[in-house]
Formats: sequence, structure tokens, C-alpha cells
Amino acid sequence: MGPLVPDIISNNLNFIMALVIGILFGMILEQAGFSTSKKLVGLFYGYDFTVLRVFFTAGIVAMTGVMGLKHFGLLDINLVYINPTFLWSAIIGGLVMGLGFVLGGFCPGTSVCAAAIGKLDAMIFIGGSFIGVLIFAEGYPVFEGLYKAKNLGNPRIFETFNIPETMFAFLMTLIAIFAFLAVSVIERKVNGLEKEPFRIDPYRAALAAGAVVLVVFSLVFTDKRNDLLKKIEDRAFVENYKLREISPDQFALCIMRMEECDKFQIFDFRDEETYRKMSFPKSTLFTLENLFEKEPVKLLNIKHRTTVFIADDEMTERKMAVVATELGFKRIAILKGGVNEFSRQVLDFASAGTPGSKEEEYVKRFRTKAKQLIPVIIENNKPQGGVKKTQKRVIGGC
Amino acid sequence: MNGAKVSSGPKPYMNPYLAGVLLGILLTATIYITGRGLGASGAVKAVTATAVDTLAPSHTAATRFYQEYGKEHGEGSPLKNWLVFEVAGVLLGAFLSGLISDRLGFKLEKGPGSTTRTRLYGAIIGGILWGVGSQLGRGCTSGAALSGLAVMSTGGILTMASIFAGAYAFAWFFRKLWI
Repeated sequence: MGPLVPDIISNNLNFIMALVIGILFGMILEQAGFSTSKKLVGLFYGYDFTVLRVFFTAGIVAMTGVMGLKHFGLLDINLVYINPTFLWSAIIGGLVMGLGFVLGGFCPGTSVCAAAIGKLDAMIFIGGSFIGVLIFAEGYPVFEGLYKAKNLGNPRIFETFNIPETMFAFLMTLIAIFAFLAVSVIERKVNGLEKEPFRIDPYRAALAAGAVVLVVFSLVFTDKRNDLLKKIEDRAFVENYKLREISPDQFALCIMRMEECDKFQIFDFRDEETYRKMSFPKSTLFTLENLFEKEPVKLLNIKHRTTVFIADDEMTERKMAVVATELGFKRIAILKGGVNEFSRQVLDFASAGTPGSKEEEYVKRFRTKAKQLIPVIIENNKPQGGVKKTQKRVIGGC
Repeated sequence: MNGAKVSSGPKPYMNPYLAGVLLGILLTATIYITGRGLGASGAVKAVTATAVDTLAPSHTAATRFYQEYGKEHGEGSPLKNWLVFEVAGVLLGAFLSGLISDRLGFKLEKGPGSTTRTRLYGAIIGGILWGVGSQLGRGCTSGAALSGLAVMSTGGILTMASIFAGAYAFAWFFRKLWI
């Protein structure tokens, strides 16, 4: 699951990645014509809308790409850097940059491109941007109030407007297509050109085909997460799902021997309060959401280790175990009857009269011993807490 | 464009939609690999912080902006920064692209009615405004607007809208510079 840094690609290799990504970035920008200020500001005077076309196409493709990666469970969006929202500094900073765009003819990325091929105005512009940062740094006490005002956290736009993510993506795409059509009309008018007859060129055809493929894909391969959540609502399906079951007695034995045995771990799906009061050794507080996150599920990938899912009732355990199994995790077991049954049979064990057979006698002895030992073990075990805290976003931004 | 022109002068630019799709794929790959988007202004900040720290270490130690930057950035030289490497790549990539397409050469570009002097003033003032603005906006067209749009960040999209709104609002006043 992405992001690949820092597990699959180390932090040091990431710097090489940055260089490679930068080279491709620079090549694309330069090839698109972003290395000339006259082409860039054409956007604001109506004679050349290249910037708008490149920018919006890239934005839509990347937005769809990120959604697609999430859709197929390939990217944990909770780890991806989401630019923070500081309302006033975002607006005022943007307006200042807009003025800078019209005056300077570049933005920072494009100025680097232009300077690379020898544009003198771009080199001067870059010099100016150093001075600008210096002014901000030295004048920080003046800017700080504005800079830190109205911190809204890291909301995503569809959360702000309270609409589905796909709805925003769809609207944004519609706006982009409308803009592409509108700017072509404006461009022709400003440059005094005749209306070109509409033709289906390879680019238009490829874009349309790409869109159709994406729609078909997302319909055929439905969102893995939603799919699973729907599946586990089906009681019969969950009840008949083949899962390894551990009886309360086996579980009791596991708990008592756990100190010397590293083959078991417990994922506790009860609520946090109950967990704090009564947690088993080698147990981790887990939630359904955690199963879809990159950091927590690392615990499930440890080789030769069986994970016992526990919850108050067996049905919840089953649901979680089904999700985990369907996600491809192996060596998962559940506690038969849930913690409720375990408490009833073992922790609150009361011998019912004289045991009839030898086997019943053994069970009685074992449970009597377990009843004494396990509360002590629980008492000595400090809760390890949830795994939520280990989830940490990548630090990004400028 | 006729055949003779293509063979002698610079090669034509790439179709904008194709460039957009390629850039979009690159950005998606960047987010998938690194968990963060593209950027540019952050590198300017890192270089500035390094320069000031080298020239006047006592000053950076006493100034709040650099203290906060150092805390955010962590250990090591501020130049050991993802964006510094990325922007070095941009410089190299753009140069290679210019080389392939015959667009290398020192040149000062300006609008038809503008003088060299006004163009230089415009460029330096524009640069300064971007320096200040990209700090306030926590990123520029790449880091805040484009990457923000890709991850649908409210702040990024707001900054994007403000950049374009600002540019259109001020464009009329400075039209003599360009048309």
C-alpha cells in the first residue's frame, strides 16, 4: 500500500526520487511552453490559454488518479500530505501571488524552467523571490498574525462543502471541460482567428476514451472498502464464513502461556473504555478503520504469528476477521463466543456439582486455575493503547 | 508552420492536453511514491534559510521565523530537503528539454510595448511578491494550487482560486507590460 516512502523506498532514496521526479517535472513544463513569460501571462490577456489547459488537465488527472488509487486500496490517504487551511493567509497570499504573476510573468516553478534555458527575466525573477522570502522572514512578527489566523486544520474540499468526494471530482471535471471550450472561443476572438471546424484529433479521442475506461473500471471494480462493509452486513455470509476458531479454554491457555510464546497476538475490537479496564497481554486496541490503514495492518504481516480477533460477541469478531481475511491477511483466528462467553465459562467459572467424567474433572481443574491466574495477568498488563497514534502524515508542502 | 521552419528554429511545443495528462500522471505517481505532491517555492525558502544561516548564524538563532523553520524541518542542513532536490531536477530537466527542442539561449522576454528596464523591474517585483505570497499561502502554483487540487485540500484550492482571481483582477492595470 502506498505511499511507498519510507518502507519500500527509504528516506535517503527518496532524495534521488525527488531528483528524478524533478527532472520529469521540468521536462514536461518546458515542453508545454511554460518557459516563456509571454506564453504564461497570455492566460490573463486572452491570447494564449496553454497554462489553463495544462494546469486543469493535470489537476483533474491527478485528482482522479489519487481517488483511483484509494478506490483500489493502493493508497492510504490518511498518510498523504493534505495542505492545511489557514483561511485568511490562503486568500491574501493567493492575491499577492496573483499580482506577482501579472508583474513578473512567472510563478516559481516556471521561473526555474525558464532560467534553465537562459531566460534572463526569469533569473531576475528568482532573485526577487529570494528577497521576498527574506522580507517575509525578517518581517515575520508583522506577518505572523495573518499567517496563523483562522486555522481550519486539514479539511478536504468535499468535507467543507459536505458533498460526496466523487461529486466534487465530477463537478470539477465539468468546470474544466466548460473552461476548455470557453477559452478556445476567447482565444480565437482575441487573436482574430476563424473558427476551426471541429475534428476528433488523437488527443481528444484519447482523453474521452480514458474517461470512459475509468468510469467502466470504477463500476466493475467497486470500492473495496464499501464492498466489504456491505458484505459483512449479510448475516448468513458472515456466519458461514470459514474462520479458525479458538475455544475459551484454548484462549485461556494462550493467555497464561503468552509470556513464553510469541506466536500469538490479540487484536481487541472492544471499545476503548472496556479495553482500558481489562486488556490481555500482547493485545492491541483495534478498530474496523485500522484494518484499512497502512501502519496498523503492519502488525498483521508479521510472519508466523497468529492474530486472535476478540470482541464482546462472536458476530463482531467474525465481521472483523472476514474483512481482514478478504483483504488478504493470513493466520487470523477468532475467540469462539466472544469475550462474553469467555468471561462466562472461564473468568466466572462456577463448578456445577461433582464432575461426571474424567474429562470434566480436567476442565474443572483447569478453569479453576485459570480463574485465579488470568485476573492477575490482566491486572499486571498495562494497556498498550490503540494504534492510531502511529499513523503519521507525510510532511510536505512548500 | 511549414517544414523549413520546423527544421531550423525551435521545435513546436507539446499539445497542452497531452502535457497536462503527463503532468497529472507524474503528480499521481509522486503522491503514490512519496505521500506528498510537487512543489517549488519551498526550495527557495530552504536556500534562503541556508544562506542567512551561513552569513549570520547568530541572527537565525535569534529570529522566530528561522527557529520555527528549523523545528519543522528537523535535523541536518535545510538544503537536505525534498524540494531542493526536486527543484534541482526541474532545472536539469528543463535544460535537457530546451536542448532537445533547440530553445537554449540567453534572452530577455518582454511585451511589445515594454522596455527592458520596466521588464526587469516587473520581474524583480513579481519575484518579491511571489516570495512573500507563497509563504502566506503555504505554497505556490505547484505546491499549493496543483498538488492541493490533486488531494482536494480546501486550503490548496482556495489558494489556487485566489492566485487566478488576483491575477485577473490586476491584469488590466498592467496590460501595458504585455500587450
